[in-house]
Amino acid sequence: MTIDLRQFHQTFFEESLEGLAVMERELLNMAGSAATVPPSPPGAESLNTMFRVVHSIKGGSGVFGFNNIATFAHALESLLDDLRAARRVLDPEIVTLLLQCMDGLRTLVADARSGDSGGAEQAARLQQRLERYMGGIPGRVQAPAPVEAAERRWKIVFRPGPDLFRSGNDPLRIVREISEMGRLDVQAETAALPCWDQFDPEQCYLGWTLMLNGSVDRERIAEVFSWVMDDSNVAISPQTTAIVPPDAVPVTSGPAADGPMTSIRVATQKIDALINSVGELLITQSMLAQITRDFSTDSLPLLFSGLSQLERNARDLQEGVMRVRMVSLSFIFNRLPRVIHDVGGKLGKKVELRISGEQNELDKTVIERISDPVLHLVRNCLDHGIEGPAERMAAGKPETGVITVEASQKGGSIVIEIRDDGRGLPYERIRATGIARGLLGEGDMSSESELAELIFAPGFSTAEDVSDLSGRGVGMDIVRRNIASLGGTIDVASRPGQGTCFKACLPLTLAIIDGLSVRVGPQVYLIPLVNIVESVQLEAAQIRHPAGHGDLVSLRGEYLPLIRLQELLGAPAGASERQLMVVVEADGRKAGLCVDDLLDQQQVVLKSLDTHYRRPDGVLAATVLGDGKVALVLDPSSLVRLANIPASNRAGSFAGPSQTGSGKEVPCLPH
Amino acid sequence: MATIMTVDDTASMRQMISFTLNSAGYDVVQAGDGVEALALARQSTLDLVITDINMPNMDGIALVKMLRALPDYRFTPILMLTTESQDSKRQAGKNAGATGWIVKPFNPDQLIHIVRKVLD
Repeated sequence: MTIDLRQFHQTFFEESLEGLAVMERELLNMAGSAATVPPSPPGAESLNTMFRVVHSIKGGSGVFGFNNIATFAHALESLLDDLRAARRVLDPEIVTLLLQCMDGLRTLVADARSGDSGGAEQAARLQQRLERYMGGIPGRVQAPAPVEAAERRWKIVFRPGPDLFRSGNDPLRIVREISEMGRLDVQAETAALPCWDQFDPEQCYLGWTLMLNGSVDRERIAEVFSWVMDDSNVAISPQTTAIVPPDAVPVTSGPAADGPMTSIRVATQKIDALINSVGELLITQSMLAQITRDFSTDSLPLLFSGLSQLERNARDLQEGVMRVRMVSLSFIFNRLPRVIHDVGGKLGKKVELRISGEQNELDKTVIERISDPVLHLVRNCLDHGIEGPAERMAAGKPETGVITVEASQKGGSIVIEIRDDGRGLPYERIRATGIARGLLGEGDMSSESELAELIFAPGFSTAEDVSDLSGRGVGMDIVRRNIASLGGTIDVASRPGQGTCFKACLPLTLAIIDGLSVRVGPQVYLIPLVNIVESVQLEAAQIRHPAGHGDLVSLRGEYLPLIRLQELLGAPAGASERQLMVVVEADGRKAGLCVDDLLDQQQVVLKSLDTHYRRPDGVLAATVLGDGKVALVLDPSSLVRLANIPASNRAGSFAGPSQTGSGKEVPCLPH
Repeated sequence: MATIMTVDDTASMRQMISFTLNSAGYDVVQAGDGVEALALARQSTLDLVITDINMPNMDGIALVKMLRALPDYRFTPILMLTTESQDSKRQAGKNAGATGWIVKPFNPDQLIHIVRKVLD
């Protein structure tokens, strides 16, 4: 039978990488990263877990034909075994070596997945180091190539131990297997049989003498007895010799390399919930079919209730499907201890990492795309935020700095906060750099929060910022752009001497949102429901026109910037009598959007504009309405930002459809 | 038709073993560690157990001991998956009452060959 082992490769790769992540966490926990807390006593359970991971990788790679991974894992396993047996002590040198080996193993697994061999050389070097370190590792015993022996005559004496049955073995099976090797004569020895009243049916009293004629060697025969060798008497002796040509050995081809594949691992409960929803949907469908088969006006209420049930089912199903794409934040957070260990060690800083909320889930795409920004922010905190131990002591702070990474769910979004208790943003240096770069005028009087905002400006970096750690080609502007491209926002707050806090707000999911459809002129737009605070009727008396500023609207004593969507979006003027205002809130700021009519609350599927057009300010995406028309979904966070820029500066910053064509035109989208 | 339980904490290994044995016409149930395996063994009738040794919660050797203590599994064949470097584990497994072992790495044909050997 041929079984294509390639179908299991993907699972093997994924669980190997997951295992390595677990291993890294255990190691860092155990080592109590050199840069942070004093080392904790090595936990036996952690070592066992690490050993198990490497052992599983070794076993799997052997079975699935990745011999280079298997050899490497074997070397690493030997080291772990020594640690486990306390033949070696886990010192910082070994921790570093282990971390490098995990990276090496990770590269080998990634190579096997992509079919590359880029990491092979590095792995070979690491392996040599490992072996030198260990002073020689007992090599993996290669299974000897099967050599067909000439036809021979063997005498086998087999006297099983009395407890043979208790291990689940059976002499009959052994004799049967021997009989498949050639001609066999069997003679039983019954001398040990007791009389009936002492007979124990669970004991083995018999022995056998087997005479075998076959082209097998001693090893083949001994192998049959290998499971029972220890508690049985087995003697194998050759009788005569004859010559028979060897049989051909079948050759199996090695597995071909698989192309890279993106996949997702989903908890079974999520799938079960989906199946459940589908079941409900089918029930509703048959119910509706029943109603329409013999339809009369009397069945209208039934039909309506059926339809609303259908709506509920569709929503359940949709939520279920979205949930399948959700991945927990631990995917990112688990990598942080390693970053702290490596970077902290390199900088000679003592840091304690506090993580919470890693169980929160986000869409897989969001997780993948915020991973680098989050790592960058943490590296930044370490590099720029946390001071060296001496500086901290001098400032009267504890020697060990604290970096807190916290995630929590707020409404339709996940908030990730990355805080340090370091020296805070150097406002004066930012101001000086801003002036030098021409981003600020001479004698600038910007407030601290405006200065803080400057670190997100493209190309902004203070001279001292350029280090080999943070200077990895990811600037704060890229961080903000990445997060904004996901429909999220990032802000920073900082107090000199007390620390810095980055707060990233990310949407739970990207594809479907709840929205309120509004009419502006003849066009329909959608406003994401999560951003809407309230909708009010607007009186002319409420509107103020301060000089040098856009219109403001006074609402219960609070002044909000008023955005006339009609002007902003270049929509033709509507003829509506009453003016309505939708108050939206984003990034902690509010603004009023002037609309002509409120239409409906509905769920919309977002269709990205980036792919076919570009992303204009103020617009999140497009969507297709129930009647097949295309509508734009407004982006409250960029609208609020626009509204807070003085009107004089606003011209040109809004690159909406108004500048690309007449207001009637909506960017073309394929239906 | 014989039912076989595969116990392993790595999903790829479990998948490979159960796919191979399914293809050979056996029914297969899967367990991720010793605790799960023991629970499954109590509620079903198994003709063969193939277990890994290194597992979280309850390892293979403890599982063999616990299974042998159940009246239904006193004589059931139990095979351990081992690597060539695990002589001491193999011995410990034998002492716990394991029938035999399968040495990793193995290929599907070898697996089926060994399984046929212990199932009549």
